[in-house]
Amino acid sequence: MLQVEHLQKSFSDFKAVDGADLRVGQGDLVAVIGPNGAGKTTLFNLITGHLQPDKGRILFKGEDISHLPAHQVCRKGIARSFQIANIFPRLTVFRNVQVSVLSQKNLSRTMFRPARRMVVEETRQILDRVGLNDQQLALAGSLSHGDKRILEIAIALGNEPELLILDEPTAGMSPDETAATMALVQRLAREQGLTILFCEHDMDVVFNVATSIMVMQQGRTILQATPEEVRQNITVQEAYLGGA
Amino acid sequence: MIKDILRTPSFLWTAAVLLALLLVPFFAGRFYVYILAVVFVTGLLAMSLNLLVGHGGAYQFHHCVFYGVGAYTAGLILAKTSLPAWLGLCAGPLAAALTGLVIGAFCVRLNKLYFGMLQISLGSLIWIVALRWYDLTNGDDGIHGIPMPELLSGSVNAYYFLLIIVSACLALMYLILKSPFGATLRAVRDNPQRCEAVGIDVRRHQLLAIVIGTFFAGVAGVLFVVLEGSVFPDMLFWVLSLEIFIMCLLGGWFTFFGPMLGAAIMVALRTFVGSYTDYWTLILGVVLILLIFFLPEGIMGVNFRSWQRRRERRRSADDVR
Repeated sequence: MLQVEHLQKSFSDFKAVDGADLRVGQGDLVAVIGPNGAGKTTLFNLITGHLQPDKGRILFKGEDISHLPAHQVCRKGIARSFQIANIFPRLTVFRNVQVSVLSQKNLSRTMFRPARRMVVEETRQILDRVGLNDQQLALAGSLSHGDKRILEIAIALGNEPELLILDEPTAGMSPDETAATMALVQRLAREQGLTILFCEHDMDVVFNVATSIMVMQQGRTILQATPEEVRQNITVQEAYLGGA
Repeated sequence: MIKDILRTPSFLWTAAVLLALLLVPFFAGRFYVYILAVVFVTGLLAMSLNLLVGHGGAYQFHHCVFYGVGAYTAGLILAKTSLPAWLGLCAGPLAAALTGLVIGAFCVRLNKLYFGMLQISLGSLIWIVALRWYDLTNGDDGIHGIPMPELLSGSVNAYYFLLIIVSACLALMYLILKSPFGATLRAVRDNPQRCEAVGIDVRRHQLLAIVIGTFFAGVAGVLFVVLEGSVFPDMLFWVLSLEIFIMCLLGGWFTFFGPMLGAAIMVALRTFVGSYTDYWTLILGVVLILLIFFLPEGIMGVNFRSWQRRRERRRSADDVR
């Protein structure tokens, strides 16, 4: 479904991504791991069009999306969440998701029709699915950290994506919240046939959830394989797991 | 939708205020009618700015240029051509929106402060044209004694005309802000990066908002001509842009009516305190300092929040605002 071929991106002299390769198949749950500064977030930003690559190609369903701007990449069916809770703090929880649903349905520029009557059902279904229904009238900025991260996923779901990219979905969460969030992610993948690409620091989470793992170091892809193979791979252990 | 609007308590308030304003000329002196009309014009200008600043999060630093363009367009057509008057009055807002489109198209390519700086530069170019092109604009003298159709001349006639047009403009703005376009605009204000990630073309959305906002600024400019019968280059000077910015902050820039209230306060301060002392801006300064410390969201910002909390409690969870 998604294929990244030898992607490169430099910021002045620093090579943030220097030869990244990635394959994501339909229905996969792919994790990208690697030490801090390995280029995981940059890779995601390249895929979603928030950054433009210097070299290499990004194919989504066979189509080259390497140089599309972010809002067009989203239209192709790729939605994402961000590493820092990236929501609309002064809008209600409901509105946060509604804005994304409206955009998906090409209604963002509709004027002279009250928004509160539009796409209400769709928005509520998404809030239901992620369990934020009780808080739909709260201002998004007033949510707990964990709920903000969930809301982010909900905003991404508003785009009816085929591929959902999650940048450290459980960063800063308590163990309970982490478990609940990953259960949600797995449920979404199962029930909706979503393909999910995520990066994560918690190795337990990664090895429990992922169907495929890509290991990055210094901007380079070291390997991509099943969790078992990765666990056994010695290079990885040296690079990341501390030779354990 | 109409039924909806009729049922809301805020509609009843609005209707009551409108009725009161309709009756003002029957018992108030001409001076107060004039002052109210000035509040309408200034308030509409401030609200058109707030559409972009408070709701759109744009760094619209030189908004009064579009007000001036609207006023000059109408003034020049009325004073120097024999075209029908209504054409001049309609051309003002259109010229302002067109200027907004051109300047905005450059500005939306830049971020935040750079957006604002570029707008000040481009806007100042237009100000210089108004100030220096004597043959066309009479330069710093401005244009005075602009002829008005009979229906609009006289302070009471002008008052009613302004009341009608301003009410219509506010109703339009209200609809726009409540629409998906308005909701998305506030989302762009809160987080443009996230908006891109949900498929919104942020630049285009902002540009469309700028065209709308500058259109209403142009309407305010035309209304100024109707009220005063004159235009002058100070209408395009950056000091006025700052003043209307202050009105938005003063009244509450995340609210709908806030800028109108801010405009009323500024006009009242200038008129009533200004008649005692030239240093009325000193009082404005003190008010602003107090405001920033105690009411950072403006006067209506506070009211609005406690009111909304009350309303939320009253409403059941299945009713979404």
